Amino acid sequence: MLAKRIIPCLDIKDGRTVKGTNFVNLRDAGDPVALASLYAEQGADELVFLDITATNEKRKTLSALVEKVAHTINIPFTVGGGISSMEDVRILLDCGADKVSINTAAFNSPELINKLAGEFGSQCIVVAIDAKRQVDGEWYVYSNGGRKPTEFTCLDWAKEVVSRGAGEILLTSMDHDGTKAGFALEITTLISNSVGVPIIASGGGGKPEHFYDVLNGCADAALAASVFHFGEIRIPALKTYLNNKHIPVRIK
Amino acid sequence: MNIAILKYNAGNVRSVQITLERLGIMATLTDDHEVLLSADRVIFPGVGEASSAMKYLQDRKLDKLLIDLKQPVLGICLGMQLMCSYSEENNTTCLGLFEETVLKFKSTQAGEKIPQIGWNTIECLNSPLFNGVEEGAYCYFVNGYRADKGIHTIAETNYCGSYSSALHIRNYYGVQFHPEKSAAVGSKILENFINIPF
Repeated sequence: MLAKRIIPCLDIKDGRTVKGTNFVNLRDAGDPVALASLYAEQGADELVFLDITATNEKRKTLSALVEKVAHTINIPFTVGGGISSMEDVRILLDCGADKVSINTAAFNSPELINKLAGEFGSQCIVVAIDAKRQVDGEWYVYSNGGRKPTEFTCLDWAKEVVSRGAGEILLTSMDHDGTKAGFALEITTLISNSVGVPIIASGGGGKPEHFYDVLNGCADAALAASVFHFGEIRIPALKTYLNNKHIPVRIK
Repeated sequence: MNIAILKYNAGNVRSVQITLERLGIMATLTDDHEVLLSADRVIFPGVGEASSAMKYLQDRKLDKLLIDLKQPVLGICLGMQLMCSYSEENNTTCLGLFEETVLKFKSTQAGEKIPQIGWNTIECLNSPLFNGVEEGAYCYFVNGYRADKGIHTIAETNYCGSYSSALHIRNYYGVQFHPEKSAAVGSKILENFINIPF
């Protein structure tokens, strides 16, 4: 049976792991290669590296990091953050990344999704969507790292990215991110039931029960960062808990 | 040992090379006929689309070369599918080493998304390729098409029904999952392949 995936996310700045709460107040949580290796040993199913470096050196430091990670871990990993061209993707895949995650660039030029899927295959194109519920009750897409509201509903955009060739959707609820109060079950279920590709739920995982709730619902995978980085949830214990509750998970 | 990884127009060919490096094994990424023929082991990796990959192989006469190799050969993912007789993906005639055919997944219940992405179990293991690997071990899969079960099946996996997750005939082995991304289980399978006597 296909297992539900547990995915630690490492936010990277200048080659170091950081994680913010509601996308601000960054805290340092260590060396990404050491952390990645630890998570792989603990039974993480995949890793996501999100690079938030904004300097000209970004491309060089990121590809060096990806190369190091690829030589260290033996599970799949995704790289995202500021990817905006075919060339960016080619470099990262050549360095050993299995998938790339695109967000703002896909929003600004949706045909990029078609081009990337055509060139590299849908299986390695993850489209990340940051969403927030507005006063009208609808979930809307935010671009530019969650700073820029858009007029696109999350549902419409999810359907469009899948029709253009996205192989997975990484759905982050900005309302839940950093709260440790649970994942956004309603929008995750809606999106998962509306598109035919796997959904990675992100934002709000604080307790094992939260992971159960979202994986027992419709998410194919659940992603979190600080709860893993600061040892509040340990992956082996989380997987044992989920397994006991009859969620199919990979236990070594 | 001299290991050649077939270089062609498919994705993820480099990750196999990196994984072997991690296991302390240097492998050459090549499409050179001489290098492939003289290698001790040949790995045929890849993710991508069947018909364009077959055309690429035919244009370079790699199709003829691949079916006539004498050393152990391991097809991975698309590589394994191309070793079958036929793929439903763009109606492609493949190499025909395995008579099994490759069909698109069809959802049989809600929640079965296509492609299959993630960790699934391998069962009914029946080959030295799986020495030291437990029944029901998890491996990492990324595939929208899968091979039927048949006389060459050496492992089965269940997703939208049961299918061949590994095939074997003579010196040819194929796995649908990605051993290079399947943690310790995958590394063991790659080591077993390297250790197949030749």
